[in-house]
Amino acid sequence: MNGIPMEHGLLLSIVLFLLGLTGVLVRRNLIMILMSLEVMLNATGLAFIVAGSRWGEADGQIMFLLILTLAAAEVGVGLGLALQVFRRWHTLDADVLTGMKG
Amino acid sequence: MALTLFYITSAVAVFSTVMMITRFNAVHGLLYLILSLLAIGVLFFLLGAHFAAVLEVIIYAGAIMVLFVFVIMMLNQGQKTIEQERVWLQPGTWVGPSLLAVILFVEMVIIVGYGGGAATGNVVNAKQVGIALYGPYLLAVELASMLLLAGLVGAYHFGKPMLKVTKTGRSS
Repeated sequence: MNGIPMEHGLLLSIVLFLLGLTGVLVRRNLIMILMSLEVMLNATGLAFIVAGSRWGEADGQIMFLLILTLAAAEVGVGLGLALQVFRRWHTLDADVLTGMKG
Repeated sequence: MALTLFYITSAVAVFSTVMMITRFNAVHGLLYLILSLLAIGVLFFLLGAHFAAVLEVIIYAGAIMVLFVFVIMMLNQGQKTIEQERVWLQPGTWVGPSLLAVILFVEMVIIVGYGGGAATGNVVNAKQVGIALYGPYLLAVELASMLLLAGLVGAYHFGKPMLKVTKTGRSS
């Protein structure tokens, strides 16, 4: 029997997810937005691990592995985009990127 | 016992995440984010997911955060950087994360002292994960490798020194 109640683990993952969402919505720095996205992905991974631990199955950890690869790819592309934005506009403010061409 | 550790670690994770999204300086936020990831790694260990805990520390808190550090350092230039370094070496910036890290370290010592898994039960070890990963989930592994390859190609193209923009807005 698991010593840790599943509800508390899921509650923690919900709290972390909402904190990450708040970070994405509130912050205007591109790097901070990416970091908040990491927190959100991590919170979903925590939910999978909690569920996998509750039923003693390996599936939760496999889903976490897939989330990990997703986070790695997302960070690589996201940071490359942030670099390009900084080189063109010399700022990391997301509000600068409001105009579209065409 | 495991429950107390769980609540302490959860408090550390939530606190460091709140500190992360309220820092003005990206590097201060990064320190707290690493703490948050380490705390979640300890949580994975407490939940019996040892393999995921190891991956969390090595890949998330190790590799991905190093990428963030690289990019933050690349975006600072010249005199500004030196002044920032001076500010970062003030005790105020690293005392908070260090204290939280000490809490996590003490927890790890307690867990190891109690012979590994604390009282979590339901341990899913790396062998079970590996068997499932390369059995029913083989297609998912292939798709993940494709995703990583796509991410690599995308990061290579975005990371080029400067995409030249002409008057018409076409990149060459």
